[in-house]
Amino acid sequence: MRKFSLLDHELIPKHEIMSEDELKSVLNQYKIGKEQLPKIKDDDPIIQEIGAQVGEVVKITRNSQTAGEAYYYRLVIM
Amino acid sequence: MAISEATIDSMIANLDIPTSMLETLREDAIKVGVSKKELEDIIAKVNENYEYACVEPCEAVGVVSAQSIGEPGTQMTMRTFHYAGVAEINVTLGLPRLIEIVDARKQPSTPMMTIALEEEYATDRDKARHLAWEIEATHIEHLADVTTDLANMHLIIDLHEKTLKYRSLTADEIADKLREEMDVMVTISNDIQNQIILTPNAPSYRELLQLAKKIHNVTLKGIEGIKRVVIRKDGDEYTLYTEGSQLKNVLQIEGVDTTRTYTNNIGEIYEVFGIEAARNGIITEANNTLAEQGLTVDIRHIMLVSDIMCSDGEVKQIGRHGISGEKASVFARAAFEVTVNHLLDAGMRGDYDKLNGVTENIIVGQPIKLGTGDVHLISK
Repeated sequence: MRKFSLLDHELIPKHEIMSEDELKSVLNQYKIGKEQLPKIKDDDPIIQEIGAQVGEVVKITRNSQTAGEAYYYRLVIM
Repeated sequence: MAISEATIDSMIANLDIPTSMLETLREDAIKVGVSKKELEDIIAKVNENYEYACVEPCEAVGVVSAQSIGEPGTQMTMRTFHYAGVAEINVTLGLPRLIEIVDARKQPSTPMMTIALEEEYATDRDKARHLAWEIEATHIEHLADVTTDLANMHLIIDLHEKTLKYRSLTADEIADKLREEMDVMVTISNDIQNQIILTPNAPSYRELLQLAKKIHNVTLKGIEGIKRVVIRKDGDEYTLYTEGSQLKNVLQIEGVDTTRTYTNNIGEIYEVFGIEAARNGIITEANNTLAEQGLTVDIRHIMLVSDIMCSDGEVKQIGRHGISGEKASVFARAAFEVTVNHLLDAGMRGDYDKLNGVTENIIVGQPIKLGTGDVHLISK
C-alpha cells in the first residue's frame, strides 16, 4: 500500500478539530446549537485521517472563489 | 500624502469583509498611494457596498438559485445529447450531464479521470507511457489471437511478440496470470514461440466454449475498469486521461501525483476523498458543464446547490430520493412528486404538519415566511 496524506489533495480543504472554547464562540455568534450544524460522517476518509470523534466539530477552511477563504463547520456523526 | 503599508494593514485588519476583497483593497491602496483620510472614505464606501451586496435576511436564495440554473438549462435542451471529445475521449455534456450531477448518480455514464504525474514521470514521455500501460486494463484480445482447437480440445493463444514487447509483458507472466485467474491447465508451448495452450478440466465442448468466452474477461495487466488511457501534453508536462474511473486503485500506483489526480465521478470522490472534496467536485463539474455550453451561472448558485446536497455528510440528490423527499412537511413532499402516496401514508401514520415552510403555507393559503412575511412585531 502506498502511503500519502489525503489532506494534500487540491480538492480537499483544511479540516481541523475545534476546541471547546472556539466552538462555543461560533455557536454563540450564530445563536444555534451544535446539532444544527451541517454533518460529516465518522467514516469519512478525512475524519479517519485527522481522528475526530463522534460529537466533535471540525472546522473546515475552504478556498472560496468568491470570498477567498471561508470557514465551514461540520458536526461528526455516526 | 501616501501612508505606509503597515498603516494600511492595521486599518483594514478588523474589517468584517471576505479575505479576497481585503486583498484587492490592500493591493490597490498600496499601488495608488492613498492618504489616511482617503483610505477611511474608501473603507466606508467598501463597507457600504458590501452590505448592499449581501443577501438580506428572509431572502429566498433557493428559489433564486433554482431559476438562475433553470433558465440557462432550458437553452441547453436544444443542443443536447451530443458528445465532445477531450483528448479523443467521449464525455457526456450538456443537460444529460447536469442531470447526472444533481441526481448524484453512483456511476456517471462516461466516467473519466485526469491523472497528474509526479515530476519525474511528467517530463519523460517513455516513463509516462510505461505508467499508462500499468493503468490501462489489458485483455487477451489486445495481445493475441485466440483459436479453439476442437480436434485436440485446446484453446490456443498466439501472442504477438511486438505487442508484448511494447506493453512490456512476457509469455510467462501471462501464463502465470491465467493460471491464477482461470483454474485450468496452462502450458507454454515448447515448439512454437509465444504460444500458450489452455486445456479445460473436462474434455467437453461446453467446457471449451465457456473457457473461450471467459478468457476475454481476464485482466492481464493494469486496472480493471480503465478501458483506455490517452497521454497528452498539457503545458510542459504529460498528463494521462482515462476512459473509466478507478480512483482508489490509480492512487496506489507509483508515479501518480496524489495531490492533483481528478475524476468526474462524484460518488468516487466522496468515497476516496470525503464529503468536502465531493462538494468541490460537484461545483467544478456543474460549472464546467454550464461553461462548456457557453452559459455563465453565478458560482454562488451552484455552491448553494452543492452545499445542500452535501450538508448531511453524504451526497444526496436533489429529488424524490434526496432533498425534496426528506422534507419534514407532508404538504411540501406531496406537492413535489407522487402526491397521493404521501398524503395517504401521512394519513395512516397520523402525521402533523407544522406549516413552517413555504410550499405548505401556499397550499393552505397563508402568508409565507419569506421576506416581509417573516417579520413579526413583538410588544414588550
